[in-house]
Amino acid sequence: MNVPDYTVALVVAVPLLGAFLTPLVGRINDKLRNIFVIIVLVLNAFLVFLLASDVLTTGIKTYVFGAKDLTYPIVRILFEVDAMSIFMAIISSILVTVAVIYSWSFMKENTGLDKYYTLILLLTAGMLGMVLTGDMFNFFVFLEISSIASCALIAFWTNKGESVEAGFKYIVISAMGALFVLFAVALLYGQYNALNIAILSNVIQYTFLDKIALVLLIVALAMKAGIVPMHMWLPDSYGSAPSSISIILVSATLASLYGVLRVIFTLYGNVLSVIANFDIPVNVIIGWFIVALAIISILIGVIMALIQTDFKRLIAYGAVAELGYMFLGIGTGIVALGTAYGKTALDGGIFHIMNDALDVGLLFLVAGAIYYATKETSLDKLGGLARNMKYTTVFFIIGFLAVAGMPPLNGFASKLLIYESTFQLNPILAIVAILCSILLLAVFVKVFYSVFMGPQLPKFKDVKEVPKSMLFSMGIIACIIVIFGLFPEFIINNLVEPAANALIGYSEYISQVVVGGV
Amino acid sequence: MTEMSKIVRTITSIAFPFAMIYGLYVIAHGHLTPGGGFQGGAIAASACAMILVAFGSKWTLNKIKEKGLSVFESLGAIGFIALALLGLVFGVAFFNNFLTGSNFLFGTIPATGSGLADINTGGVIPLMNFAVGLKVIVGLFVIVLVMAYASTSFKEDKK
Repeated sequence: MNVPDYTVALVVAVPLLGAFLTPLVGRINDKLRNIFVIIVLVLNAFLVFLLASDVLTTGIKTYVFGAKDLTYPIVRILFEVDAMSIFMAIISSILVTVAVIYSWSFMKENTGLDKYYTLILLLTAGMLGMVLTGDMFNFFVFLEISSIASCALIAFWTNKGESVEAGFKYIVISAMGALFVLFAVALLYGQYNALNIAILSNVIQYTFLDKIALVLLIVALAMKAGIVPMHMWLPDSYGSAPSSISIILVSATLASLYGVLRVIFTLYGNVLSVIANFDIPVNVIIGWFIVALAIISILIGVIMALIQTDFKRLIAYGAVAELGYMFLGIGTGIVALGTAYGKTALDGGIFHIMNDALDVGLLFLVAGAIYYATKETSLDKLGGLARNMKYTTVFFIIGFLAVAGMPPLNGFASKLLIYESTFQLNPILAIVAILCSILLLAVFVKVFYSVFMGPQLPKFKDVKEVPKSMLFSMGIIACIIVIFGLFPEFIINNLVEPAANALIGYSEYISQVVVGGV
Repeated sequence: MTEMSKIVRTITSIAFPFAMIYGLYVIAHGHLTPGGGFQGGAIAASACAMILVAFGSKWTLNKIKEKGLSVFESLGAIGFIALALLGLVFGVAFFNNFLTGSNFLFGTIPATGSGLADINTGGVIPLMNFAVGLKVIVGLFVIVLVMAYASTSFKEDKK
């Protein structure tokens, strides 16, 4: 289906305009403002889906800001949307829409909600801009927008010391990461006199400065994605933000993960096969580096999750482990670039991005529902809630089985792809991954038992099921998880395969902008 | 923040219009001279902060309400994005400079070569500078105002 070109710009412009209209609408009526925000986000999700159907059928779509066509030399901001970008945009818009529906009841008793919704819409614009842009400096700008907005949202419950501490930690980490990115962009601009990803990718040489830029970009973006050993901010932020924010933060970190993929596969796509030091190609060095980080993330994430007593921190460490699985699939895909199992690994890694966002998101929403009903997040003090909260229990079962990779659900589909491909790279990797997955199941069975099972505690006798808007938003995600689990083939063929092909076929990305080698 | 001496207040009253006009000048000439919406806005906001320091936060908070200011802040941002969207409606693309060459508001194309600057140029760029300037004046002033407000209530608690 064909949509006009300016849909690309509207995807970022609509939430941005909505963000600043929200305080004005909020002066009229609180309920009207909530409806307004939901309408803006649903409209935006609709635009994203229209754009997706166009990109997936007709190929890469570019949009030039401020002029009709590109003129050389390129000084204009360019948005370039391929299947990978639109894949991430779909994840972001689903999660944000669900989070806002969830906030209706969850945040009802808080003040300052005008600012809360404004910041959510700004964060949405930032995330969507990061994944759609085709310009390195523009990427940095949207990275800053999303990190400042998410910092303010993490510290939204300012009456709790922990939230403020987590927000401070997050802003320090993201300011550092953003400066790394800016420095790397400056190094590239200084050498090649260009900021556009496609043009840079066309002329990149892998000089000494390019190596520094590559390291800075990967480290900064992996830090913002929360990979071990740069994960220390992640449990704090996920754990102390409101649950509706935790789920948006999941997609904000995944946007940084997209940055890593875009840098390695597209920006440095031309030099990946260059033979570097010790007669080893670049892709093998980068790939094994990422695989090593991934294995450490899986191990540390699962082991730290085992000993947590706070519900949300435990899920956050589970999210670190899940990030490790994505990086494992992607790293294997980079090491074995060009082979069949490398492609499978990349498919698995990319599919796992979406599955992790949905599964971990659902678990955070359940944790939020438990907090809403009981005002308690410590696992030691909770118990016997299955009697009072039937639907929440069902959603939790779906969520944790999906995270642990049990067969009928979506986590299994992507993890199986990762296992079977990493086994061909090195069997030990696959064994570690499977063992940690089993441990993750054990962790969540423990949580399930201590929160929902057991005798009814006297203080939770009058606990009621959470309001409908929260159940509805959890239900949406649970439905998507089950559908993806039952028909993984459909999703892999229609969304994941094109995304993986878009990453590997970087020359097509270049040819959209650079005609005949400028 | 408490009120300062009469000398300071009188000098502030004299200096305030000059500082304000200089800030507005930097905003209005953003497309011709160094500076622009942000820089001019910061100058004008510092003039407002001077009033706050000289006259004390109680006097200022009686005159100006923080909620009213935040409306103007939103309007500044909306103006900026609305101008960008108008580029899509009247021009060819988002952020398109649809006014330049139209012989309408800021629509003249400047003569090439050295010469005196013509303020009636730049298309939507001066308008966007105004929007950014409005947002920065109000935004920075609100930040200072909130900090002053926090410090005053703190002192009263101690008493």
